[in-house]
Amino acid sequence: MLIPHPLLGPRDAQEFVYLGDAALIDRPDGADIPTMHDYLYLRDNPAGEHRELWYHEQGDRSWLVVTRNTVTHEILKVELARDVARAKGRSK
Amino acid sequence: MDKLLKPLTALGKAEPLRETIGPWELVERVDVALASVAPRRGREAEVSAAAAKAGVPVPGVARAAEGEVFASFWLTPDMFMVEAPFASHEDIRPKLLAILGDGASVTEQTDAWVRFDLTGAGLERVFQKLCNVDLGAAPEGFATRTVIEHMGCYLIKRNGVTLYGARSMAGSLHHAIHLAAGTVA
Repeated sequence: MLIPHPLLGPRDAQEFVYLGDAALIDRPDGADIPTMHDYLYLRDNPAGEHRELWYHEQGDRSWLVVTRNTVTHEILKVELARDVARAKGRSK
Repeated sequence: MDKLLKPLTALGKAEPLRETIGPWELVERVDVALASVAPRRGREAEVSAAAAKAGVPVPGVARAAEGEVFASFWLTPDMFMVEAPFASHEDIRPKLLAILGDGASVTEQTDAWVRFDLTGAGLERVFQKLCNVDLGAAPEGFATRTVIEHMGCYLIKRNGVTLYGARSMAGSLHHAIHLAAGTVA
């Protein structure tokens, strides 16, 4: 599998480490315990489009948000996670 | 006293390594000073302008750049490494701070790395054995971080290949290169 890195072009998936659901970016700081519990432990497991966090461990060590179809493994979109986080007003 | 406090190379010798493996020459470089530069957010243009004025080249993404005294290569978004001659720039950090001011974080890196320069035709054959980088397809001036036998390295395609690895693993990195080159020489 090749992941089209937004800066470096297609790179072998072997260079990356998978973290999980990109919803992890939306940490509910200061939220009540049930909300934090859901953030920590509950994950969707969709058959289809899924946004996930990948880390370019053997490359430039940037975090990426990869939109991938879990049924076909087609990669639909790759963004730098910092751009995604900043667009949501995080990491100021 | 003259026998004490002698500087040693990363491989623990008094003189840098120089060896020939098949058609390739491998040279350990100890005459380069290094510092990483990370422009602060929102001040990238200001840092680039100050650097350009003082002859410090700022590399593009996955590229190395050369100036008259300084050279540089890309590390990761918003960070690059600056190289300069050790003899004149042992104090590379204050020299860069004088150029860049407080627009960037500058970290001295000279003694953190071992550098091997490889030259000779057909180096692609060696790096096919060593890492994920397609050296044949990469353009001259290409720079990337990669992994060689579990060791993170910076690889620059520049008149052959320049390889930076962690100084503490210099022996293991040299062993890996020596072995790979030997099998395809």
